[in-house]
Parts: sequence; structure tokens; C-alpha cells
Amino acid sequence: MTPNPTPRPGLFHRLVERTGPVLRFEIDGVPAEGRAGDHLLTAILLARPDLRRFEFAETTRSGFCLMGACQDCWVDLADGRRLRACSTLLEEGMHVLVEGRARA
Amino acid sequence: MSVAKLPHVAVVGAGPAGLRAVEVLVAGGLNPVLIDEAPRSGGQIYRRPPPGAERPAADLYGFEAAKATALHGLLDRLGDRVRYRPNTLVWSIEGKRLRLLADERFDALEVDAMILATGAMDRVLPFPGWTLPGVFTLGAAQIALKAQGVAIGRRVALIGAGPLLPLVAHQYRKAGAEVVLALDVTAFLPKVIHGFGLLNAPATLAKGLWYMARNVLGGVPMRFGARRLRVEGTDRVEAVVWTDARGREHRVACDAVGASFGLRSEIQLADLAGCRIVFDDLTRQWQPERSPEGRSSVVDVYLAGDGAAIGGADVAELTGARAALTLLADHGRPADAARIDRLDRELARHRRFRRALEAAYPFPGHLLDDLADTETLCRCEGITVGAVRAAARERDVDEINRLKALTRTGMGRCQGRVCGQAAAEILARSRGVPVETVGRLRGNPPVKPIPIEGGL
Repeated sequence: MTPNPTPRPGLFHRLVERTGPVLRFEIDGVPAEGRAGDHLLTAILLARPDLRRFEFAETTRSGFCLMGACQDCWVDLADGRRLRACSTLLEEGMHVLVEGRARA
Repeated sequence: MSVAKLPHVAVVGAGPAGLRAVEVLVAGGLNPVLIDEAPRSGGQIYRRPPPGAERPAADLYGFEAAKATALHGLLDRLGDRVRYRPNTLVWSIEGKRLRLLADERFDALEVDAMILATGAMDRVLPFPGWTLPGVFTLGAAQIALKAQGVAIGRRVALIGAGPLLPLVAHQYRKAGAEVVLALDVTAFLPKVIHGFGLLNAPATLAKGLWYMARNVLGGVPMRFGARRLRVEGTDRVEAVVWTDARGREHRVACDAVGASFGLRSEIQLADLAGCRIVFDDLTRQWQPERSPEGRSSVVDVYLAGDGAAIGGADVAELTGARAALTLLADHGRPADAARIDRLDRELARHRRFRRALEAAYPFPGHLLDDLADTETLCRCEGITVGAVRAAARERDVDEINRLKALTRTGMGRCQGRVCGQAAAEILARSRGVPVETVGRLRGNPPVKPIPIEGGL
């Protein structure tokens, strides 16, 4: 996978402003910012239009049910963790791998 | 059953049904365990945002704010009479033994009786484009707003076949999002025909009409009877396209879609507990058999809320209390006969409302008839509609679990929650048989993914 040369706009759109602390994290080495109270899925989709590569085709996914049922939003972190992004809170310093890991 | 010994009872699910159940059990002198996968009680409907994303109840729940606040405060009121276990997944049930996963630690709980209040998720049906990034369920669109204060896109199209559609459209618009389309894949006429039956729950009907009126006044284009639905885009959503009753094609540009077609019960745990599962003609779904009193077919397993039959949050509160009263009576504890009588009358009224509502929003099977063979059916594994049709015709598959074994449909991480009903419908259509004859996907542990060291 070659990194996308031009940044693509985020999918989600924040309607209610947050006053809590800013949390810095990375997506494939690119710095991004979320807010305390953001789910990992929310933080990623505010920054880009998708959150993982689909295992069986050259397409991407952005999650689907957001209630922990469909299992479509599991993402890899650089520290080896695999997390269901819709039910995991964003933490300072997380490093999400979307393109960065070779597909199994 | 001895009167002397207090039964050890677990309630699974801390939504409206599970919360009202523990309240009744505590009033009856028991000390139940309440197990919930979520970090905070309330269920999906009265879901609370995580710390840092809180908002006033009136903003989050609208007309239902008082109900939500009452339920949220319930566990505080009950204090240590309830052993509350949030962040805990029940991933299997073996007899009366619940297998648990909490904070990456495995555990088990033996009980004398249980009340399963496992809730529901969106009923999903595939349509062209449904796996594109930016396409979510309607429920997901609502959760994004409620739990996170975000919209799923800047120009949002919402698609449905039930009362959730006008509600989510209203909530989005009120929160300042641009809703470019509210598209119902069922026709408008059945809503008029069955309007009389909907009067069985006049407050609910009034709220539904109010949301629709607000949407119309707010400039949200509402369309009914959409057919040949598809979402266009290459690597993200670009437009929703559909055909109206007169055969004219319409196209609305958008960058995100929330689409689902009613609700479906989460029945896996009831299945694993050994409950008899029966086909419900009204919703074309398999549900655990439940008596009006809340008993399942298994002694000491009780059922409440949307996990047993879709009824909505108000009904969930009633069935939660009802199942708990039955459990108390079955275990020789005094039960409030007047309250039981009141609950039963309320529930009968709601059943009449529900029958009218299901008739007003009939199952949109036309979506499945319109699917090309190349469309994705099972989004976990990337199995196509054509693979199912080929198995039905060429390999003589006439049963859904055999279909799963041969094609991997429903074998992925979601365990068939998302594709199961559509797969059965497509299989049945290919065979020309009623959908109940192809059966249902059997529940298998773990009902959700768990770490491999789980000691299966």
C-alpha cells in the first residue's frame, strides 16, 4: 500500500463543541487530535473518511453499527493492541495503523 | 424451589428492561447481579455519553428525558442491593452458568435463575453500496449524535422502514446537521390504513407525527415507497439513488448515509441458554418463545425487553418488571397482584399498537429481489448474494446453517447478526419456499469476539 499523498477530509462532523482536554494521537504516523470523551472511531473518522482496510478486497471500511454488535471497526495499534474502535475511548498517544501494517 | 433460600439471580443487560427487572427483584428482597457490556447503564436507547462528552438530558433524549433520567438514577437508588457489573460481556451460557469477560479477565457465574434483557440492534438489509465507508445503520447515526455529539457526515441521507427514521432525522436537524433526505422504503398508504391501530399508544403516535411535521417544516425532504435503492461512490459516499412508485429515478448528493430497516432482537444468549426459538410471522424474525408473564421455555430463564420481541423502550420497562414479578412468584416470594394486573393490561394495549406498527411498516423484501448477484451479502467475509443463490440452486442447499458451512455466510466476526436475516430471505427466495422453512443461524459461543486465551 502506498500512502495517500493528499490528505482526504474527515467523514464525521462535530456538532457539539467539547471543552475537555485535547488528546494527541497518530494515524499511520500522521499527527491527529481528538478530545476527551471521543471514542477511537469518532476521533479517526473526524480526521479521515475510513478507519481500516477490508481483509478480502482492496476497499476500506468505516464501521457500521457503532454499538459493538457488527464488529466492523476493529483497528490495529502500533503497540500490538487490536481494539473495537466504537467502544474504546481515545487515549493520548495512541498510534493507529490503517495502511501501516501488511495485510495478513 | 425453597422459600427459605434466596435465589441467586443474574439480569443480563442494563437497558430499560434489565433496570426495571432489578428494581423489582430488589423490592422483592433479592440481591441480583446486573451484568452489562456497556460502561454505564441505560442501554442503547438511553445511552449516556462517556466522561468528557456529557450533555444535558433534554438535549440528548428530547421528550424521553424524564424517563432516561429516572432509569439512570435507578442503580444509585438501589445502592449495594444490586451487584452491578458494567464493562462485562456474557459470551456464553451453559445451563445456569454465565461465562464472562471483564477487563480482559475471564470469569464465570453460577446462578439459580436469570433474566435475559439483551436488547436489539438495527435490522440490516443489503443494497448496492451498503459497504462503502460512510454508510452506517440508522441506529449508528443516532449513537454518533447522542454519545459523541457528531454527525456521520456534512450532508446526511437517512433511510429506513420504521419510526426510527423520522426520529433520527428530527434529532439531526435539531442538532444543526444538514439532512438532505429522509427516505422510507415502505409506502405511505399502510401508515394511513393502520393509523387506527396506532391509536393504542396515542402518545407514541403523537410524537411520531410531531417528528414528521417538524422534519417537513424544517425542510427535510421526506419520501416514501422507495424501490431499487442504491448508494453511489467509489471510495466514499457520493449519492443516494432510488426509484419512486411511478418508476422515476431520483438522485440526492450526500456524503454519509444512515440506513436500516426496523430492529432485530439479540437472541444469541437465549439460544445458548436452551430457550426454544420460534418464528414470528409479523416481523419475519426468529425470537425466543416468551409467555405473557415473561417465562422462556426453560425453567428459571426469563426474558424481557427488545431481546425477546421488539416493542420499544416503554414496553421494555414493562416487560422487565413483569418478568421479575414472575420470577419472584415462581420462587415463592410475595408478588403484587394489582401491579401484575396493571402491567398485563398495559402490555396488551402495546401489543395491539405493535401489530399496527408492523403492518404500517411491512418488511421491505423488494430490496432483496432487486439485488444483483455481485452485491455483498455478508460484510464480514465479503460473500456475495450470487454465492448464496448459486448454493441454493446448484448445490441444493435448503437450510441456513448448511449455507453457512458451504459459503461462510454468517461465519464472520458478527456471527450473522448483520446478514443472517437477509441470507435466509435470499436463500428462501431462491428456493421458492417460505423463509421460516430454511431455519435460522444457530447461536455459537463466543457470541462476540474474545481473546484466544479464553479457555474455550
